[in-house]
Amino acid sequence: MGEIDDLNILPLRDMHEAAGAKFGAFAGWSMPLSYPMGVLQEHLHVREKAGLFDISHMRLVLLEGPEAGRAIARACPLLPDAMGEGQSKYTFLLNETAGIIDDLIVTRLGAQRFMVVANASRAAVDLARLREAADPFDCTVTPLDRVLLALQGPMAAAVMRDAGEPVDGLTFMSGKEPRAGWFLTRSGYTGEDGFEIAMPPDEAEALARKLAGDERVAWIGLAARDSLRLEAGLCLYGQDLDEATDPVSAGLLWAIPKDLRGGGDYFGAPALARIIAEGAARKRVGLVPEGRQPVRAGAPLGTGEGEPLGTVTSGGFGPSAGHPVSMGYLPKAFSRPGTAVIAEVRGRPVPMTVVKLPFIQKRSTQD
Amino acid sequence: MSKTYYTEDHEWIRVEDGTATVGITNHAQEQLGDLVFVELPETGKSVSKGDAAVVVESVKAASDVYAPADGEITAVNDALSSQPELVNSAAEGEGWLWKMTLADAGQLDGLMDEAAYLAMIG
Repeated sequence: MGEIDDLNILPLRDMHEAAGAKFGAFAGWSMPLSYPMGVLQEHLHVREKAGLFDISHMRLVLLEGPEAGRAIARACPLLPDAMGEGQSKYTFLLNETAGIIDDLIVTRLGAQRFMVVANASRAAVDLARLREAADPFDCTVTPLDRVLLALQGPMAAAVMRDAGEPVDGLTFMSGKEPRAGWFLTRSGYTGEDGFEIAMPPDEAEALARKLAGDERVAWIGLAARDSLRLEAGLCLYGQDLDEATDPVSAGLLWAIPKDLRGGGDYFGAPALARIIAEGAARKRVGLVPEGRQPVRAGAPLGTGEGEPLGTVTSGGFGPSAGHPVSMGYLPKAFSRPGTAVIAEVRGRPVPMTVVKLPFIQKRSTQD
Repeated sequence: MSKTYYTEDHEWIRVEDGTATVGITNHAQEQLGDLVFVELPETGKSVSKGDAAVVVESVKAASDVYAPADGEITAVNDALSSQPELVNSAAEGEGWLWKMTLADAGQLDGLMDEAAYLAMIG
C-alpha cells in the first residue's frame, strides 16, 4: 500500500507493522486495514473470541465545568440531567435542518464532566460545533490526545479481567475513568460485547501488548470493522449518515429522548420536531441481494420498471451472515421488509429484498 | 510446452497449444484479500486487450481484471461461482478465471516473464 506523506501516523504504528498489517488511508490517517489472518477470519474471530482494534483516529473531547451539562444539552438532543454518572448515550450533532453533522457517544463522567467520542473524519467540524455550544456557558472544551483501543467479542470481558482491567460492574453503554488520563467504556461498533479504552499514548503500549498477547485475541483491521458494523446494522458516518440525512430517516429516532422530540434548546430542534411530526419521506433499510454478488455503496436502487428510488449507502459481504448485505435509503412506501427493488451494479440489474436490520443477532444492546 | 506471461496489472496468461488461460497473480490475490464473488463473462464474448473482462470482489472492494490480449472467451471457471476462494488458495492454478483464443499472439511479446514480474513486484 502506498503511503501519503501528510497522513497521521498511529502512536502504536510499530506494533501494527510487526503484526504484519496492511495499511490504507482513512479520514486522514494511515490505518491498519487488515492483518495476515485476512478480513474474513478477522471478522469471524471477533464474533467467536475477541478482536483488538486500534481506533486512535477517533477523537475524544472533554467538556468540563459548572455548566458542562448545559453545553451538552445545547450541542446534542440529550437530557444530560437525566444521565446517571457513568452512563453513555448515542447521540448526534445536528445542523439547522436536523441533518446529522456527526454521530457521537457522550458519557457523563461526573456532575460537571462529559466525554465525547467523535468520528475522525468529523473531528474538526465537531470541535467547532462543541465550542459554539459551550461558548455561552462556564464550560471548557478540550480535545484529548489519546490512544484508543477497542476490544470486541464474546470473550472481551474475560480477557479484560485477566489483564487486570476493572470491568466488573461496567454495563453496556457505560464508562468510567479507571486512572488519571484513562477512559474506559463498555461499548463498541461490532454488535458484540466489548470495550473501548483510551489512554495517554506513552502508557498505551503496555496494555496493547498485554491484550494482543492473550491467545484469545487477534488484531483486527478497519476492513473487518466495516463488515462487522454493517452486519450489526450500525451506520458509518459519510456513507449512511451525512448532513442531508436526519435521524428520523436514518431510523435512529430511538436515540432522541421523548421529551425532546417536540422541540428543545439543542441545535436543530425546530427542524427535527417538524420532521418527527410530519414523518420522514425516506427510510434507511437493510437490503439483501439475490445471489452472491455484493451490492456496494453508490449502487442506485429502483423499481422493476426502472423508476429511481434511492441508493445503497453501505454494502459488502457479511461473513457471519454468509451472504452479501447492504444498507440504503428508500421512499417510505418501499421500506417495508419483503419489498422487492432492483439495484444496478456495473450496468446490470441485481434484485434485492428489503429486510429488517440488523443482519445478525446482536449480543450487545444500544440503549 | 506452455509459457506464462505476466502483465503490469498483475494478470498471468498461460499459452498452451494455441489456447490461453488467464488469471490473477498470487501477489494480486494477496493484495485483494479474501474474495467473495467473481463476476465471470459469457463464453463467446470478444475482448480487446485492456478491456475489463472479469470483476473480482473481496470483502473490501471490487476490482477489474483486464484482458491481456485480443481474442474470444472460450471457457470460464464455473467453480468460482460457488468457490471464489479458489483464487486465494490457488491463484495461478485452480483459481484461473477464463480461457481465450488469441487474435494476435504477437501482443504477448510486450508482456513480462516470471523473472521480470517478480522483479517488478519486488
